[in-house]
Amino acid sequence: MNFREMVRISWKSLLSNKMRSLLTMLGVIIGVAAVIVMISISAGTEATISESISGLGTNLVFIMGNISRAGPGAGFQGMQGGLVYDDMTAIGDRINGVAGVTVEQQTSVTVKAGNTTLESITILGATPDYPTVRDVSVSKGRFYNEQELDRASKVVVLGSGVAEELFGEDDPIGQSIYASNVKLTVIGVLAEKGLVSGTDFDQQIYTPITVVFKKFTPSMFARMTGDRVRQIIVSVDPDADMDKVIEQITLLLANRHEVSLDALDFTMLTQSDIIETQESTTSSFRVLLAWVAGVSLIVGGIGIMNIMLVSVTERTREIGLRQAVGATPGDIQTQFLTEAMMLSLMGGLIGVIVGVLGGILFGALSDMRTVIEAYSIILSFTSAALIGIAFGYLPARRAAQLDPIESLRHE
Amino acid sequence: MIKEATKIIETIQISKVYGTEAYPIRALNGISLTIQKGEFIAIMGPSGSGKSTLLNILACLDRPTDGRYLLAGEDVSHYDRNQLANIRSRQLGFIFQSYNLLPRLTALENVMLPMIYYRDNPLTLAEREEKAAHALEGVGLENRMTHYPNQLSGGQQQRVAVARALINDPILILADEPTGNLDTKSSREILELLGQLHERGRTIVLVTHEADIAHYTQRILLIRDGLLASDRRNGKRTNGGSEKPRKTGKARTA
Repeated sequence: MNFREMVRISWKSLLSNKMRSLLTMLGVIIGVAAVIVMISISAGTEATISESISGLGTNLVFIMGNISRAGPGAGFQGMQGGLVYDDMTAIGDRINGVAGVTVEQQTSVTVKAGNTTLESITILGATPDYPTVRDVSVSKGRFYNEQELDRASKVVVLGSGVAEELFGEDDPIGQSIYASNVKLTVIGVLAEKGLVSGTDFDQQIYTPITVVFKKFTPSMFARMTGDRVRQIIVSVDPDADMDKVIEQITLLLANRHEVSLDALDFTMLTQSDIIETQESTTSSFRVLLAWVAGVSLIVGGIGIMNIMLVSVTERTREIGLRQAVGATPGDIQTQFLTEAMMLSLMGGLIGVIVGVLGGILFGALSDMRTVIEAYSIILSFTSAALIGIAFGYLPARRAAQLDPIESLRHE
Repeated sequence: MIKEATKIIETIQISKVYGTEAYPIRALNGISLTIQKGEFIAIMGPSGSGKSTLLNILACLDRPTDGRYLLAGEDVSHYDRNQLANIRSRQLGFIFQSYNLLPRLTALENVMLPMIYYRDNPLTLAEREEKAAHALEGVGLENRMTHYPNQLSGGQQQRVAVARALINDPILILADEPTGNLDTKSSREILELLGQLHERGRTIVLVTHEADIAHYTQRILLIRDGLLASDRRNGKRTNGGSEKPRKTGKARTA
């Protein structure tokens, strides 16, 4: 008996029990669809993350003070840790291969303009290099310059969200706002940038860091230690050797802070470090999803096996008759294996359609992004086919081993 | 040697033992019989006599524990399951008491079923359909080809089964209580059909426990306690499909 006849026989027998065939396929359909949807979600998440990381700026090195050492009871010694404003100046002046350097020091303020009040707005003190390093651009007016930094001029650049909430359609340039009762003059508005790795650039306001030091975070130790900053961000020249720059900065800062190289009071992170961390998070997420999807596929396979076993028992007489008219045990085995295969392949096919549509729909309806990956379709469909063979084998073997005489007597 | 060639069945002291070695159940105790080409034979016997076991062995569905079974000169006593399946496919045709048609197939498809398992069948699908249709015409069901078994009467279903038994042109037809589920009229029709086949030269072995039915045949083998108790020629021979002497008490509704 040839392959086409086998497929015809199996098709007929599956068609004769449509409801059962459909329910049997359901497990595989769900399994395959789950694999595709889940991979599309994790691929979407990865794409979002890698975009947001590249949105941080270019070729960045983040230097953060180890403030954990400045805990309660740590005393004056503890407070010495961390970065100061002059560290940034030193990096800018003495290290080769630095394209730009800026600092960030921030605090939360209440912002008022006219009758509008905004609570808990982050005021971020930085330097004129800030737009270059963080890859933001000014849409209206201008960013503050070196002179305004040195003089601690009370000027401010608004994030696009803040500007719109305070002034709406009006031109904010030249207007005054009050940040915790300090009067600041608006000189510019940043272009929209959105949320990048937890920071909403549009919901911040930007002043020279000198203004933040004087008006918002005055430090009683500033005279002794210099003005403290949360982090220094260095943009490395793309042509320079990143490792060499990092080494030089480490030596410089260790020297300035008078700490040994194995007990540094600051931490340096490059963009690739951040990408690695994110990747390890998403890859463990992906492994988890793969397990969930794999288990549901196996459950689908067990469903097929279950129904095929029932089917063998139910069709014992048919098996006996087929044997009587000349079917060999191999013929019977092939027939039942073909039925199981067809169930899993059809289930796989429907699952692929459901999965692709589901992935697209999920991406459209939720705020998560989904990317349909070709490999997920191939992977899940192949698994479905293999599962059909694996779980169809036992019932098919059982059918083949039935004794024709007893099968013919079976009621 | 001509005589050898016309021997369809020859059994030499075949026996069948079921159960364990400690508690053997002897179903057949050594039966030797010979059936010539063209014979129409009834195997009779009370239940438990071993006649079903004998039929299963003759039908190549089972193997004898001891002895030899030659089917058309070929010793099939020790064939494995695949070889036996091939013998059944090429040499044998079956008719069962309960018809055993597949409910999801039409009459035509049921008749075509044995052709699927006939190895290296040179016929195309269309040719098979034609052959099956011809076989159904032969049993008078040319108007019932696309009917499903549940749309056919018992007698009609058994005719489909007869057509199916003939489709691979077997050398031997085995009928196990073929009229057991049928009313008197249908029974007679089926027996007449078998009689016609016999007239055309088919070799038919029929198992029954009804003496009436056995009388349609030429020769009656009586099995008792796993042994061949008697082997006698039946005086009342069937005589073609038309005029039949009947010893049955059944009324003919013509």
